[in-house]
Amino acid sequence: MDKNEIIQIKELKKIFPMGKSEFTALNDINLSLGKGEFTGLIGPSGSGKTTLLNIVGSLDTPTSGEAWVLDQSIGKLTAKEAAQLRKKNLGFIFQSYNLLAVHNVFENVEFPLLLLKIGAAERRKMVMDALEWLGLTDKVRSKPPQLSGGECQRVAIARAMVKRPSLVLADEPTANLDAANSHHILQTMVKLNEELKTTFLFATHDEKVIGYLKRKIYLFDGKVAKDEWVTSNQTAK
Amino acid sequence: MKTALKLAYRNLVGAGLRTWLNVIVLSFSFVVIIWLKGILVGWDYQAKSDMTNWEIGGGQYWHEQYDPFDPFTLAESHALIPEQFSEEIAQGDMVPVLMVQGTLYPQGRMQTVTIKGIDADQDIFLLPTNKLDTVVDAVPAIIGAAMAESLHLTEGDLVTLRWRDAWGTFDAMDIVITDIFSSNVPSVEAAQIYIPLELLREMTMMQDEATILTFRDPELSRPAVQGWIHKPKNVLTASVDRMIKTKTAGQSVFYAILLLLAMLAIFDTQVLSIFRRQKEIGTYIALGYTRREVVGLFTVEGAMHSILAAVVGALYGIPFLAWQAKVGWTIPMDAGDFGMAMAQTLYPVYSAGLVVSTILIVVIITTIVSYWPSRRIAKMNPTEALRGRIQ
Repeated sequence: MDKNEIIQIKELKKIFPMGKSEFTALNDINLSLGKGEFTGLIGPSGSGKTTLLNIVGSLDTPTSGEAWVLDQSIGKLTAKEAAQLRKKNLGFIFQSYNLLAVHNVFENVEFPLLLLKIGAAERRKMVMDALEWLGLTDKVRSKPPQLSGGECQRVAIARAMVKRPSLVLADEPTANLDAANSHHILQTMVKLNEELKTTFLFATHDEKVIGYLKRKIYLFDGKVAKDEWVTSNQTAK
Repeated sequence: MKTALKLAYRNLVGAGLRTWLNVIVLSFSFVVIIWLKGILVGWDYQAKSDMTNWEIGGGQYWHEQYDPFDPFTLAESHALIPEQFSEEIAQGDMVPVLMVQGTLYPQGRMQTVTIKGIDADQDIFLLPTNKLDTVVDAVPAIIGAAMAESLHLTEGDLVTLRWRDAWGTFDAMDIVITDIFSSNVPSVEAAQIYIPLELLREMTMMQDEATILTFRDPELSRPAVQGWIHKPKNVLTASVDRMIKTKTAGQSVFYAILLLLAMLAIFDTQVLSIFRRQKEIGTYIALGYTRREVVGLFTVEGAMHSILAAVVGALYGIPFLAWQAKVGWTIPMDAGDFGMAMAQTLYPVYSAGLVVSTILIVVIITTIVSYWPSRRIAKMNPTEALRGRIQ
């Protein structure tokens, strides 16, 4: 694996059993992602983008082939090692935010740091920094049900970013947001990508997201159909 | 573990009403279990202390022929009181009782009774023997409420009593009921009639004789006395101890049912939680928890319910239990109707062991019933859980 590469995928296949038959979700995927990329897996429903994102996120394993993330082979990781990888190096942003409903904004963002056993003072500083990036300092004590969709997604981004992960995986992050909120969220992610050099990998079919991507990987029927880089004047920024 | 404790605490506090409902139900179980167990223990204590106060005092000497289970032995179970007890009797620290068989004829019917002669001034027993020191036209007698009810006798009634004297000769005379007492000791009331000792001695020509001698102080060392058998208090209460032991097994079943009800609430909450909180479980895993750690978190949450319940239970339970220990629990119906020795008001007795063991058992069982359904989490596919799909 090249030292600038963060993800390398070789001949990856993922097959799901469907009763007595099988469904091939990913077929012969070959990809690599460099550090600091702002890349999207684009494709219609069932194209395999979320499955690929889950494998990269060590939430799932390939049926065959190799998926290397930060020099670790996903298929060979034990449950504990996979959890360590997610805990230390990966940030997740989900379509439906997946915030902990009974925790307030501060506690939600603090959660990954608690798992990393970071001291209370440092934890507080890191959380407040993250909330400041996302413009949420006035919502510290609010609970998710009291927030708008855009605010919830910003909390989710703060939670994903607070530990400064090497890679952020975002699955349809704007699917539940209106246009204005979507653009706001995406601009924030672009800013974080540029300022913190965090690598972002999206799974999306939302044109608004696609407009911000620097690299677009099109998936169709579990295969990479097209992989294209976007010049800076083509992005929505 | 520290993180799990912190998260579990946040989850419980954050869940608000759901948590407090569980905690209140569980705390109620704590208090009810301790109270009920306290009542049962108190009942046992009461049975023992009633037996002491009404029947056995600090211990007894029995005439060597006396067998309480064989009334025919009464004819031979009497002898002169040994000289060495004179002083103790004079001081009121020993009560001689003379027992003979007799027959009572209330309203033309017949009832075999044991006639007990007892000193009217005694204060070792709770029997209202002072009512024997009454000037009436016939022999003053006191009887228990149970017998009075079955024979339809009331205070002031005249009844004919027949007995045999020391020589076996039958004699009869009228007695008058000067008092009817209620005790919780059936053997004190059933077919027993109490009359003044000196009168019975005259009636039976058994001057200075007795059948049993009851002493006040159970601690004094008692010498062996020719013709008399020393029965220490622990020997006399052995039957009650055996009864308590038997009852303990029954109580355990009751205890288990109460625990089971409490645990059902926690089990139900945990099972529901695992279905309702699938997305949350998936999120924990995505953020870096292993499945085993999530199982641990849910188990700690369940255990914390019981600890919170113990704290909440203590807040209202301690004053309630203390108040109950003071005023007791009066059975809303006549205890006599149950057909067993039972006081109308039971005073619960709580030992530290009872409180600690109840808390420990509830906490341990809550932890187990929290862990049990949580094991399902270990089988969850995190990608499915993240989407909140029921599996």
